[in-house]
Amino acid sequence: MKQENLIDAVRDSSGVNPRKCMKCGKCTATCPAFEAMEYHPHQFVDMVERGKIEQLMQSKGIWNCLSCFACVERCPRNVKPAQLIEAVRLAVIRQQGMNHLKPEQIPELLNPDLPQQAITSAFRKYRK
Amino acid sequence: MMHRIGVFVCWCGSNIAATVDVKRVAEELGKQPGVVFATDYQYMCSQSGQELIQSAIKEHALTGVVICSCSPQMHETTFRRTVSKAGLNPYMLEIANIREQCSWIHKDKETGTEKAIVLGRAAIAKVQLNAPLKAGETPVTKRALVIGGGIAGIQTALDIAEAGYPVDIVESQPTIGGKMAQLDKTFPTLDCAACILTPRMVDANQQENITIYAYSEVEAVTGFVGNFHAKIRRKARYVDETKCTGCGLCTEKCPQKNVPNEFNLGMDHRRAVYIPFAQAVPKIATIDANYCKMLQEGKCGVCSKICAAGAIDYKQQDTFVEQDYGAIVVATGFRPISMEKFDEYAYSQSPDVVTSLEFERLMNAAGPTSGTLLRPSDGTHPKTLVFVQCVGSRCSDDGRGKPYCSKICCMYTAKHAMLCREKYPDTDVYVFYIDVRAPGKNFDEFYRRAAEEYGVHYIKGQVGKIVPEDGKLKVQASDLLANEQLHIDADMVILAAAIEPNPTARSLATMLTTPMDTNDFFTEAHPKLRPVESATAGIFLSGTCQGPKDIPETVSQASACAAKVMGLLHKDRLVGNPCIAQPDELMCNGCSSCEKVCPYGAITYADKEFRTFEGMKVRRVAQVNPAVCQGCGACTVACPSGAMDLKGFSNRQIMAEVDAICK
Repeated sequence: MKQENLIDAVRDSSGVNPRKCMKCGKCTATCPAFEAMEYHPHQFVDMVERGKIEQLMQSKGIWNCLSCFACVERCPRNVKPAQLIEAVRLAVIRQQGMNHLKPEQIPELLNPDLPQQAITSAFRKYRK
Repeated sequence: MMHRIGVFVCWCGSNIAATVDVKRVAEELGKQPGVVFATDYQYMCSQSGQELIQSAIKEHALTGVVICSCSPQMHETTFRRTVSKAGLNPYMLEIANIREQCSWIHKDKETGTEKAIVLGRAAIAKVQLNAPLKAGETPVTKRALVIGGGIAGIQTALDIAEAGYPVDIVESQPTIGGKMAQLDKTFPTLDCAACILTPRMVDANQQENITIYAYSEVEAVTGFVGNFHAKIRRKARYVDETKCTGCGLCTEKCPQKNVPNEFNLGMDHRRAVYIPFAQAVPKIATIDANYCKMLQEGKCGVCSKICAAGAIDYKQQDTFVEQDYGAIVVATGFRPISMEKFDEYAYSQSPDVVTSLEFERLMNAAGPTSGTLLRPSDGTHPKTLVFVQCVGSRCSDDGRGKPYCSKICCMYTAKHAMLCREKYPDTDVYVFYIDVRAPGKNFDEFYRRAAEEYGVHYIKGQVGKIVPEDGKLKVQASDLLANEQLHIDADMVILAAAIEPNPTARSLATMLTTPMDTNDFFTEAHPKLRPVESATAGIFLSGTCQGPKDIPETVSQASACAAKVMGLLHKDRLVGNPCIAQPDELMCNGCSSCEKVCPYGAITYADKEFRTFEGMKVRRVAQVNPAVCQGCGACTVACPSGAMDLKGFSNRQIMAEVDAICK
């Protein structure tokens, strides 16, 4: 996806306007997963505003966000950093050419310990 | 008779002339019936423009004038004066707004010109039906009412009183002084609040022209500028004000000891009979009926027994004062917001988390700890203090906080931090800020002193949460410049709570028909040019009821407000608006519809004799009090028989304008 489309996709799917942020840092102050994220919630909002979405998508930290919503709950400006992080994760998941699941891969994934329902839903989710 | 009308089309530089062909407008309007002269000019409002109008009136014996220019909001008064000086009645002038309603909103010159001609035509049609009007005059009651006895109300009242006019201060609390009386020191000079406030309170008490109605509330206000009438409820103190000497013996002997003391924000206790603080004005005891055993259960009577002056009166009732006023000043002030929606700061979980106003009391010599800073939970000396700024200020409008900056918090926090370090050098003081806003005189220097000389740790970032644990307050915060998360074990946390208008402001605004904004701050008549007047004539604004401000700003505004009040009270008579309602008695059927909708109580009814086909008959008809009518026009709309008309805006005139537009 092109850079501009990425920014739009993240803003649209999150419903968040990062320009509302007044850079108070309360999200970062409240984040219980602070240590596990290389970009902290306030940086996250700033990076979306500056359009550095690809850099965020490559960050491992986004997968460490607990989605506890403490930042959403306490943000004085109603910016909702956790929703932005979720939008970036979705952007990663929906990338073309990534996370594709082809029918022919399924037999090798079939493992007696794995619930078959998981494979079915993974196929539904990632076949495109 | 047709009027002889002159039409004057203004260019307003390029404001109008760029999108309206002014020459063509003048030419077209010159062809209208009744128009004997039409011209255009660059600036009609300039002196030479006005002279042009005046000489045309004389030369062409004009009896009506139409000026096509900016909104009548801008220059109607100017041009009325202009035509009046040339001998015309000022109400024989009509303004066609071809700027705000035409040139500014059109891009195409052809469209703009067409519309300007239509608007001019409508004004000509109206002026043909204009009649000379004369404004009535009303006397001015030379007395002012000040609602609120904080520093704003006190200063306004003192200034008005010193100019020689009587002033009444109505204060809902038992003493005047307001929030300033609760403060310890004031920024940026660190002088003691009580030391500078109490002399003013005493001045107000001793000034002959000031009457203080403490422990009182404004119950109702009627009337209009220069002629208000107010009803004031004097709440029962159960103490005879004329007898009480303020000796305070009752406040020491009353057996009811556990009443939360509101002056110290509930951090200690007072008796059921109390005087809020030592320098209270008036210094009269008040019995709190909710806690008094005698008033609740009919048993006790200790205060009555020990009062040497015999001032205790358990049977006292609320009384009412009714008074006329020429001007009313609103000075209802503010209060800090409740912290209940900010539970992440553990305000309700730990007594060691306090608001800044509570902290003022904890630092004050007359406060619950007699000025020694002690933790409310265990009375120990706190070592680590964390100040959190912007609690509830600058929030989005989701109902948790306020969208505005409370303006005073940066400075009082710097003051608190500095005082802590000064009195207790062994303390570690942190201030978490989003921005430090210090734009007043000597303000930035003051804040820098806190950081540089007193070693207060200023950290850019917010506190995310506070957890009380093992007698400590675990503060988790961010340091945005270092991009770190901080964990501080604090002994006390001080929250700079946002301020909001006094909760009684809204009902007062309704009573005074005065506009307020979405945050319940009173709205000034003009944000730049009329900052201390409300949009309602005769109502003035003083202090934080209009918006957050500190003490120096409040006092300046209070004096500005007094100057405006004096300007009004100095006049013996006010010239009213001649465009008032007038009933056609022959058409009026006395149905009372107009009386019900009139917001000013200007309409009454009279029985009058009328000649009819069946001889003389008495009918009930509406009558308008010209001194009270403000010309709002509500009655003309409500009247089912079309009997009510507004002078200068009669139904015939408005229909003539509509016809001229649709022609």
